[in-house]
Amino acid sequence: MSAGAERDPGLQPERTRLAWRRTTLASTVAAVLAAKTALHGGASAAGVVACAVICGLWVGFLLVAHRRIGALAAAGSPRALTPRHAMAATLCMVAMAVCGVALVL
Amino acid sequence: MIAFVRNVRLWFAPEDVREEGSTPDYRFSLANERTFLAWVRTALALIGGGFAVDQFLPDLRWAWRAGLALALLGAGALCSLRAVNHWMRCERAMRRGEDLPVSRFPAVLSVVVAVVAVAMVVVVLVGWEG
Repeated sequence: MSAGAERDPGLQPERTRLAWRRTTLASTVAAVLAAKTALHGGASAAGVVACAVICGLWVGFLLVAHRRIGALAAAGSPRALTPRHAMAATLCMVAMAVCGVALVL
Repeated sequence: MIAFVRNVRLWFAPEDVREEGSTPDYRFSLANERTFLAWVRTALALIGGGFAVDQFLPDLRWAWRAGLALALLGAGALCSLRAVNHWMRCERAMRRGEDLPVSRFPAVLSVVVAVVAVAMVVVVLVGWEG
């Protein structure tokens, strides 16, 4: 926040930034549980691949969150979330669920 | 159903949302974004719960364990898809100056979570006896 920028008394950008933070924390928990499931029966080739995919999805979600947090922290009134960003975040979640289904079956 | 198909098309042609109506106050958009994120966290919790069932109830019979885990993972995937759909519908309604969309989804999700919780209690009790 630049000193000259008008400050929103409701701290909306800050709250939204923290909401993204919380969501990355939740995704970390889910990714750790997923990795534990993937490597449960010893480090088989399929397990390692599944673990790598899950780590990739986690990093992908972190990147989406990082870019959005950067946009919210910029001076001036922040732009609305783009549908592309929202879709990217959602696709990471859905892909993680699909990985989970593959691991359980 | 046709409205749903139109929404799905909007997911992949996001520029169309921009062209409608006028840009709302950014605070409303941010509030909508936080609601979206809260639903994403709910989805993550369901997905994490699915993995947890698979990992931390190893004494259960496979069918029960896989069934519960798959139900939770499916609910998580559904929840995240619904999150982006509802976010887009709200964003569009705000741009057009319409009423925000109402939804049965929260009620359905809470009923599903309650059913899964009861099933989990039954399964854990029965599983430990058998």
